[in-house]
Amino acid sequence: MKLNGAQILVNSLKKEGVSHIFGYPGGAVLHIYDALDACDEIKHILVRHEQGAAHGADGYARASGKCGVTLVTSGPGITNAVTGIATAYMDSIPMVIISGQVPSALIGNDAFQEVDAVGITRSCVKHNFLIKDISQIASTIKKAFHIATTGRPGPVLIDIPKDITIATIEEQSYPEKVEMRSYQVVGRADATQISTAATLIAQAKKPIIYAGGGCVIGNADQELREFTRNLGFPITQTLMGLGAYPATDKQSLGMLGMHGTYESNMAMHGSDCVIAVGARFDDRVTANIDKFCPTAKIIHIDIDPASISKNVAVDAPIVGDVKSVLVDLITAMKDRSTQNIDSWWQQIDKWRSVDSMAYANKPGVIKPQRVIEALYEVTKGQSIVTSDVGQHQMWAAQYYPFDEPRRWINSGGLGTMGFGLPAAMGAKLACPDLDVACVTGEGSIQMMTQELSTMLQYATPVKIINLNNGYLGMVRQWQEFFYEKRYSMSYMEALPDFVKLAESYGHMGIKVEQESDLIPALIEAFKQKDRTVFLDIITDSSENVFPMIPSGAGHNEMLLAGRDEMASTNDAGLNLV
Amino acid sequence: MRHIISIQLENEAGALSRVAGLFSARGFNIESLTVAATNDPTLSRMTIVSVGDDGIIEQIVKQVYKLVDVVKVTDLTATEHIERELLLVKISVAIDTQAKVDSQLDHFGAKIIDVAEDAYIVELAGKSQKINDFLNAFNAEQIIEVSRTGVTGVCQKI
Repeated sequence: MKLNGAQILVNSLKKEGVSHIFGYPGGAVLHIYDALDACDEIKHILVRHEQGAAHGADGYARASGKCGVTLVTSGPGITNAVTGIATAYMDSIPMVIISGQVPSALIGNDAFQEVDAVGITRSCVKHNFLIKDISQIASTIKKAFHIATTGRPGPVLIDIPKDITIATIEEQSYPEKVEMRSYQVVGRADATQISTAATLIAQAKKPIIYAGGGCVIGNADQELREFTRNLGFPITQTLMGLGAYPATDKQSLGMLGMHGTYESNMAMHGSDCVIAVGARFDDRVTANIDKFCPTAKIIHIDIDPASISKNVAVDAPIVGDVKSVLVDLITAMKDRSTQNIDSWWQQIDKWRSVDSMAYANKPGVIKPQRVIEALYEVTKGQSIVTSDVGQHQMWAAQYYPFDEPRRWINSGGLGTMGFGLPAAMGAKLACPDLDVACVTGEGSIQMMTQELSTMLQYATPVKIINLNNGYLGMVRQWQEFFYEKRYSMSYMEALPDFVKLAESYGHMGIKVEQESDLIPALIEAFKQKDRTVFLDIITDSSENVFPMIPSGAGHNEMLLAGRDEMASTNDAGLNLV
Repeated sequence: MRHIISIQLENEAGALSRVAGLFSARGFNIESLTVAATNDPTLSRMTIVSVGDDGIIEQIVKQVYKLVDVVKVTDLTATEHIERELLLVKISVAIDTQAKVDSQLDHFGAKIIDVAEDAYIVELAGKSQKINDFLNAFNAEQIIEVSRTGVTGVCQKI
């Protein structure tokens, strides 16, 4: 039987087990949409903006562990999706993006809705393809899913000219496997690397495990737990690693880095052996690289050899899939005894007793930290929480302890405002039985409010927790600290009535202005199992995120809330991006 | 330090720009770049000369290898290797300078491949340093136009 290119493409997606596509139609992809219309197995989510499609697929992928799929048209369709693709790339999220292209004969002619999609996305995808012949469709899709989901995952774009979706060819069987001489998937680590690291671990007197997003993406949370508990070592997690190890466990020191806990950062600074597991020594984690872990031997487990010694020189690299590496290390440590680290724990407990996450309640205003704590109480810590970017993102990470992986979904690498709402929609589609909360601010949410419409159409009930302080809070905070309180363009005037906005999209809206109303409003919102509820919570407009490592400082030079006189100007702060 | 990075990659449209784009996106420097198909027509060999400390060169090798189209990356400078660059140069020649120019060409083993009334087109292959020395042997006004290929190289180990 003869099939056209669009039918082959849709059949290939079915073979890959795709259940959801987030997309938006247009001229170049009309044949693909026609083929999708005849396909019952795949549910298409019609977003309202292509950026929302990419974030939706991304949220779906992060919550489910499966590959997200986005379908957009040529020209503005793909350029709108680029921010979402770059977001997924920075956080190593498996995604396949299919973009329509103008007919082959018109490529390069500045045709209507033509852009060089492959060129534009090259630096923010793991790989991309331009399909040149109908016979390549199936094999290209097979390769795209393989590349997106193996090794260090990432987005893969397939650009397909319209004429190729129209051409016909005799139906062929879908390829069973992929063979690419130029792409080898890293698997188990070298035994010598394991034993070198094991020797360092056995000698450590002040060890710390520093776990990153690789533990979540690599589904290594159980192995990480076993490894950490067997050793009895303290563990800190990056923003992307939250949930890989239970935050409520006594061995967990919480998050590290710029807004991490005092005990995490002090332990990193004082450690003699840092075990980095699926983490990449990001600048928000290391603070001043010259002052980073001055006395530690560093073990670095990563699937991407290019991550090793990129930012920080490593003493014992282990290149491999984090799950298998941890299994091998667990085995290797069974033959070795470790040092007594009681005095190290005593030191850590002293740092802990500083209680760096304490904040002062102020009568008459709602503290944003309190909102996150209340969210935790009402959801009993069991909700998926997505966030946008800014102060609210840090407070969500700090005050909602995640005990399970894939519950905390945020744009850590690119820092994309607008990510939270469509990602929450994707997460709800992936995990319909879990509560999903989107913690956001009045700045971020306005970058994607159009997706409220999509959420009504596809009945994805999400609870939007809008920490409304009237400011672009993180910008305001930096202006307060480093720009002599010149609040240039960080004040949001003319805000909409978010309750009415939600209602106009067919959702429920609740405004919260008194702290006494907070818990009842949250309870009411989460009682609405099948409705999206927009909680517009008016919070303290002058609150800052603490603790904080200021620019140029090391892990041992943190500012704690209410305990350090913050200089109104700090020239060093200007150097930080 | 100067390094010669030899890259074997799939001979496909866009592969060159993936490598070149990586260098500009990550701020790596390129002194020269040559590329052509190999004896296996599905593979290209690209030779890049870059300057950087050991950490940067290590990152270049790793990041290039990470590109899905790249099959193999070798830092030729780390092993015994042969490097060559081809120069085509137009040199102005007058009656009073011809003898001296001819002797320089002989000295460097350069070959005249075209002769006009008042100029030669000359080719010379060799290490970059030799080509620099050759060009420096002439006055600036004698050199009309220079075209260099950039370095290509092979590892000496068979």
